[in-house]
Formats: sequence, C-alpha cells, structure tokens
Amino acid sequence: MTDQINPAPRQDNQDPALFGQTPSQTVGPFFHYGLPWKGGADLVGQSDMGARPELFPEDHYVLNLAPPKGAVGGETITLEGVVYDADGKPVSDAMIEIWQANAAGRYASPDDPRTDIPLDESFIGFGRASTSDEGLYRFRTVLPGVVPGPGNGLQAPHIAVGVFGRGLIKRLVTRVYFEDQAANQTDPILALAPAERRDTLIARKVGDAWRFDIVLQGERETVFFDI
Amino acid sequence: MTDLIGFSREDAGQPPSLAPAYGSTVSRSPRQPLVRIPQTLTELTGPAGCWGNLMGAALADLTTQHKAMPQGQRIIVAGRVLDEQGRPVPNTVMEIWQANAAGRYIHGKDQWDAPHDPNFTGAGRVITDAEGRYQFVTVRPGAYPWGNHKNAWRPAHIHLSLLGPAFATRLVTQMYFPDDPLIEIDPIANAVPLPYRQRMVSRFDIETTQPNWALGYLFDVVLRGREATPFEDDHHD
Repeated sequence: MTDQINPAPRQDNQDPALFGQTPSQTVGPFFHYGLPWKGGADLVGQSDMGARPELFPEDHYVLNLAPPKGAVGGETITLEGVVYDADGKPVSDAMIEIWQANAAGRYASPDDPRTDIPLDESFIGFGRASTSDEGLYRFRTVLPGVVPGPGNGLQAPHIAVGVFGRGLIKRLVTRVYFEDQAANQTDPILALAPAERRDTLIARKVGDAWRFDIVLQGERETVFFDI
Repeated sequence: MTDLIGFSREDAGQPPSLAPAYGSTVSRSPRQPLVRIPQTLTELTGPAGCWGNLMGAALADLTTQHKAMPQGQRIIVAGRVLDEQGRPVPNTVMEIWQANAAGRYIHGKDQWDAPHDPNFTGAGRVITDAEGRYQFVTVRPGAYPWGNHKNAWRPAHIHLSLLGPAFATRLVTQMYFPDDPLIEIDPIANAVPLPYRQRMVSRFDIETTQPNWALGYLFDVVLRGREATPFEDDHHD
C-alpha cells in the first residue's frame, strides 16, 4: 500500500531486509592516490614499484612508504605484462593485485594450516601494481612453491591475480602459471580451462622476465575464473 | 589435507561485468564465460592481519592531513564490516578515497574545472576492531560530471576497498548518500539491479552525528561469508 502523504522511505544499507553481500563497484580512473603504494609491487626488496606518484602532487601522497624487508628465500622473478582492451589498446588505468605462496609453498595466512611448511618472515605474498601509460604492470617477487589442491592433489606453482580498473565494475580473477613447470600437465585448475585457451594462463620467459599479458576481451581473451 | 571451509559464491546483488550504459565496460569486459573453479587454498587464504606491512598504519581522519581544515560539510562515516552470516570481520583494512567537496579529485587526470582544496587529499584507511567496527572523518564529496553520456553526473560517493580474510573476499565498492537524485540515473550504481543497489546507500544517523561538529552516516560492508560445512574433496560441477 502506498501512502500518498508519507511514501515509504527508500531501502538503504541499514535495512535488514536487504542484508547481503555489498555490491562491487569500479575503482574508476582516479585511484592512484588511494590504493597503489610505493613498493606495493615489490614483494622482495625496497623500491617504489607499483605506485604512480607522478599523477598527483607530492604533498598529497598519504600511502605507505616502501617498507624495508629482510632477505626473502627462493628464486626472485620479475612478472610483467600489458593489459589490453577489446581493441588491442593498452589499459593505462588498471590495477593488478597478486596473491601467492612463498618459495616453500606456504601462504602467509592464518588459514593455511600446514605448520610443517615454513613461513618466510620477510615475505607476505600480496602485491599491487598500477599499469603505466603504456598499460604495463611489473612485479618483483619469488617463484611460488607447489601448494595443495582439491582432494589429495597438488597444484603447480601459480599466482592468483585480480584485475581492477576504470570500466571494470568488478574484479576479474585469473592465474599465472609458468611455462617451464612440468606440474602444469597435472594441475587441476588449469585442466578446467578450455584446452584451446589454456595458454592464456601461462607466463613465458622473455629475456629476464616472466611475461603475462592480460587481454580483457577479444582474440586471445585471458581465461577469467568464477571463484 | 585439512578440511577447508569455502566461501559462498556471488549473490544476486553483484553486478555483471558488462553494463553497456557504463560505456567503458563494453571494451573491457570478457565475452567468454568465466570458468568456475573450486576454491583451493589459494582462494581461501589472504594477507589477513598483514595490512600494517602493506597499506600502512590507520589514517582515519581525512580532515587533519594538512595545515588547515578542508572546505565542505564535515561528516563521520561509521559502521561494521560483517560476513554474510552477520559475523564481524575484525582486524581488516578498509582503504578510502574520494573527491573533495567540490567534486574534484586530487589527480592529474581529473580535468573537471572545480577547485582543488590544498587541505584535502581524500585518501585514508581504517582497521576494524574486534566487533568489526570502523569509523572515519571526512568531508562530504561533491557530485561531478563525467564523459559517459550527455550531461552525465556521478552521484556523490566514497570509494571503499576491503581485503577481508581471503583472496575470495576481496571487495571494492562505492558508498552513496541518502536522497541523492543522481543515483537513479547513474549507470555505475545501476549496474547493480534493484533492490540490491540500495545496499550501497548509506543512512543518515542522528546518534552518530556529533553536536556542533559533524553529521553522521552509517554504512555496513558485507563480505562473502564462510559456508557452514567444510569440504574435503571439491567436485563442484
């Protein structure tokens, strides 16, 4: 029943009838002074990787300052690539996040119950990188170890990836695998990707870096996951 | 392997990646279907509690970062971070960024001709307490025009970014203000179907409002929650 004099108030965030997951919204184009901190893309050393402080005045930098880290165990790698849109144009206002295990295959998380596998005090395994004007992101991290999969299986070394940006209403999720790993052949998650698109999940060694381009749409569109 | 408890999947309130009225989504959303995968240890873990080494210490007052008070209506935003079962999400970081009171971002690529405020950056972060509570002080952001369509204006909003306990619980959203007529005609807010869109509209609250100081708004954030029963062997279809 509609009360013509006092229409029912609109539902809002505090309405118990609406309780449920808060909807996702885009980060928009202007996130650089709010999210990607100096060193966010450097998981093993002390640098400014990941931030774009040139996009706003210096006295408005209130994000974290590249925190120092101790020596990190494992093989240090560079992971980089370009984010492309459907027209093959680089996406200059995207942000990439990664999450991975350490070199021994342990996640720095209270929800990884495997205390027999060592944590690395200097390594968290979470990183964040803005893309450049050329659409390029770059992380410095370590090659992750093997981690358990569904059932009693194992997963090949991989890095979980989240993609944000202007025009992305919600995060897109994918994974980076590494082309030289024999365990890719038996990885249970890779096996779920259509065979003809599986190679979009596999980084290739180009020079000293692992190259992993992310194609949001179109030919060679990256496989994205529903998790 | 120890039993793992998975998180529920997206609910009906989550927007699609393609929302053609928001023009930028047309060339930036995948056309191939997402590949559904079981949640493994990778998705069920996250850098919970490590925010200090990542984003840095809390910065909960956006009005005291510079020499003087910023222009605009001072407000308090308060609420809780919960999971879908209503349980608090403690010790998690919420990152905040927004335009100033005139609707201008402190960002070199924001070309709108509204004034910058030297006393306002518009970025901060808060950490939830044991009950999942957070609170920050800022100024109410202004609406601003954008190039999406003719006479397009974004409703006033504050960007909020949350990690939650796991990779699977990551969320970036926007908080809107009550009774803003621009919400009805905003393609980004309306990418979320009704009634769920209204989950993003805060509520004015006189109890949170502080006398002779600042207006108060309530906004709870609800992250994906852990399902009731563990699964050992995941054969999700």
